[in-house]
Amino acid sequence: MRALSQLPDAAGRFGPFGGRYVPETLTQALDQLAEEYEKARADPGFHGELERLLRHYVGRPSPLYCAERLSAECGGSRILLKREDLNHTGAHKINNTLGQGLLALRMGKRRVIAETGAGQHGVATATACARFGLDCVIYMGEEDIRRQRPNVFSMKLLGAEVRPVSSGARTLRDAINEALRDWMASVESTHYILGSVVGPSPFPRIVRDFQSVIGRETRGQCLEQLGRLPDTVVACVGGGSNAAGMFYPFIEDKEVRLVGVEAGGRSQAIGDHAAPLAFGRPGVLHGSFSYVMQDEDGQTCPVHSVSAGLDYPGVGPEHSYWKQTGRVEYTCATDGQALAAFDTLARTEGIIPALESAHAVAIAIELARDGNPEEAIVVCLSGRGDKDAAEVARLRGESI
Amino acid sequence: MSVGRFAPLLAFRHSLPMSAIDTLFAELRQTGRKALMPFVTAGDPDLEFTAQVLRQLVARGCHLCEVGIPYSDPIADGPVIQASYTRALDQGIKLQDILEMLGRLTGELTAPMVTMVSYSIVYRRGLERFVTEAKAAGAAGAIVPDLLIEEAGPLAEICRRHDFSLIQLVTPTTPRSRAQRIAAQTTGFIYYVSVTGITGERDRLPQQVVDNVGWLRGQTDLPICVGFGVSRPEHVRMLAPVADGLIVGSAIVRRMAEAANRPRHQVLEEVGRFVTQLFDALENP
Repeated sequence: MRALSQLPDAAGRFGPFGGRYVPETLTQALDQLAEEYEKARADPGFHGELERLLRHYVGRPSPLYCAERLSAECGGSRILLKREDLNHTGAHKINNTLGQGLLALRMGKRRVIAETGAGQHGVATATACARFGLDCVIYMGEEDIRRQRPNVFSMKLLGAEVRPVSSGARTLRDAINEALRDWMASVESTHYILGSVVGPSPFPRIVRDFQSVIGRETRGQCLEQLGRLPDTVVACVGGGSNAAGMFYPFIEDKEVRLVGVEAGGRSQAIGDHAAPLAFGRPGVLHGSFSYVMQDEDGQTCPVHSVSAGLDYPGVGPEHSYWKQTGRVEYTCATDGQALAAFDTLARTEGIIPALESAHAVAIAIELARDGNPEEAIVVCLSGRGDKDAAEVARLRGESI
Repeated sequence: MSVGRFAPLLAFRHSLPMSAIDTLFAELRQTGRKALMPFVTAGDPDLEFTAQVLRQLVARGCHLCEVGIPYSDPIADGPVIQASYTRALDQGIKLQDILEMLGRLTGELTAPMVTMVSYSIVYRRGLERFVTEAKAAGAAGAIVPDLLIEEAGPLAEICRRHDFSLIQLVTPTTPRSRAQRIAAQTTGFIYYVSVTGITGERDRLPQQVVDNVGWLRGQTDLPICVGFGVSRPEHVRMLAPVADGLIVGSAIVRRMAEAANRPRHQVLEEVGRFVTQLFDALENP
């Protein structure tokens, strides 16, 4: 059996998970992407360019910040926040879109498409396209457009066209379907910047690699600030890109406990949550074999989360394998827990987290309460919460 | 048990057509004719109507019918087929109901049926169970549009054992060396996708289709059928000289969708008339 850090294999598999389940029309473009990515990986010029952008344009490295008042409120372990919310565009998504934007340039593709749920990946893609001078079309579900208005306006400001998706539940899953359909017809001139560690091979690997800057920095910062590795690392999991990028550099450090947090939603009933690792089964969705919320016929089930970025019935195939091997523990935070953590972090630290990241904060708070003061828990604070302010106010019946 | 005892039997089996699809194309080739192959969505607006449409299509002379199993996330399909899948699923249609409907038609319909089905559905059912049940319901094969040859090994092996065709797709973006590999792993017929894109009616089809299918013809003895975008008599005239069969989907599904708000016999009659127009184009190029 291969070491976890050596995956995926040549067929894009993480154990039994992953692979490529797409129409034949897309095969050539996926092969081209895989080939170009291998060339880029071996090219110091590519790495140099990406590192320059991450440093001077994104503002990396992002701080690892010890949340003292939050830790004191929990009365147990120390909580440290990896501040991806401080990146340009306000989330971790930009790490991936700059990398894939450079790949699009290398492949000579001048048009980019992407899906978005919370709008963070849409904004990050529109930003990369503006920076590189690429045409940009973003697919976004109508329900998500409603709950993430500020991001929709930003994407337009950045020169992107936002195409509303009215099929299905009008959320992230439907946006991915529409982006894939666009790509079916435009594949020769267009690159699809998939925003998470999902989809057909080679996307899960490419996105994980570009996001791994999060975990690499965190590892170094822990050694510097704590003199050792952290005891526990917590990240939220929708498709799972910030978690994959955070966990992967720790995956062979067996002493570090890794905890992924799915969206527990309103209840454990089908349609009330978005937690396929907790409640789903292995199956095929959006081009890869992974845990998914499906009925007995293989039809995708509706899901729910208060957070648009986690409102997705599937999950990246590498997470499925990490679950199967037991390397990563997966748990859920409910809508209510996430909203409470959203408040707590704002009040104790002056940091408003994205509702997605608030799921990870909620579980970190629980773990810290039960832990001892010697223990260090790192939370990936994957994004900032400005985009969620209006939706949280609406949920509380407050007008702003 | 010696292998020798079975060798003559195996040789005999290989000399015979493997499924009703092989028989169909062998007959058509002998008489120099081409196949017209409509696609219908199962269960839009209900299975009773689907059965009526299938009867009508076969009565009008269609040689093979593709039965689309509705799927919640069909990424190769355009708005017409997507919407029909959504309507069928909203009615609560299940794979079991579709297979039972097909089973009731077996024996009555003279043309073979092929299921168009996403791998998600096949996988959830269980590969072996899906093939056995679809075959028992009278289907002669399956098109699994999101199962590439790299991932198709296990299903292909099961299909071979059951004399159930597994039809693979070749597209305009498929490199030629890959098209040869796909042809080598296909049974029944090759589904040539005429356009780079999703299903749906088009005003015009690209001229390269004729060249590409012509090239593919030199690489394989399998029948080659062309689909995606084929929706008008002029498309049929353009493609009939090079293809063994033509697949018409969205143009029929769009007409069937009318059954939700118009008398069904009128819709049936219209679908029938449309197919007859296509037959005229097929037989009088």
